[in-house]
Amino acid sequence: MARSIMEEIQREVSENRVIIYMKGTKAFPQCGFSAAAVEVLKSLDVPFKDINVLADPEKWQALKTFSNWPTIPQIYIGGKFIGGCDIIREMHAKGELASLVQVSLKED
Amino acid sequence: MIDSGEIRRRIEAALPGSAVTVRDLTGGGDHYEVTVVSGMFAGKPLVEQHRMVYGPLKDVLGGELHALALKTILPEVP
Repeated sequence: MARSIMEEIQREVSENRVIIYMKGTKAFPQCGFSAAAVEVLKSLDVPFKDINVLADPEKWQALKTFSNWPTIPQIYIGGKFIGGCDIIREMHAKGELASLVQVSLKED
Repeated sequence: MIDSGEIRRRIEAALPGSAVTVRDLTGGGDHYEVTVVSGMFAGKPLVEQHRMVYGPLKDVLGGELHALALKTILPEVP
């Protein structure tokens, strides 16, 4: 059976409160933007899932359509697309990211 | 590579009346920092504001335009 990549992504973003699609892994990011986004997520002190798109080019391609977003990293919180590196950095600087994560945790 | 003038022209065409600043971070024509001030961002969440700027650059983003650091700003009302 053909792989249903869109369903796979949908499942990942639903099952993980905080998830980042990135280049490399959170232990070893392979792009400055992905590294910066991981640093922000780590500072929130909540568990998050990382998916390495370099290891899955098909998913990388599908994410552009799924999120309607052309670049990596992509961050989802509570099943909702938040944005890329610049957006989570800006939200973090304003203190909005931590409260967003707390709200999504309470929904569990 | 894509030059900074081309990036600015594309964004200005997509967002008429916007003020666009483009900085080539490495001099290599593939890493840019872009700031866009536009009244068209009013009432839109950040994620939508960024999509509005990415739109006209879609064909080059991730390819010849490797990295784009983006800041969107709503002009202050006097």
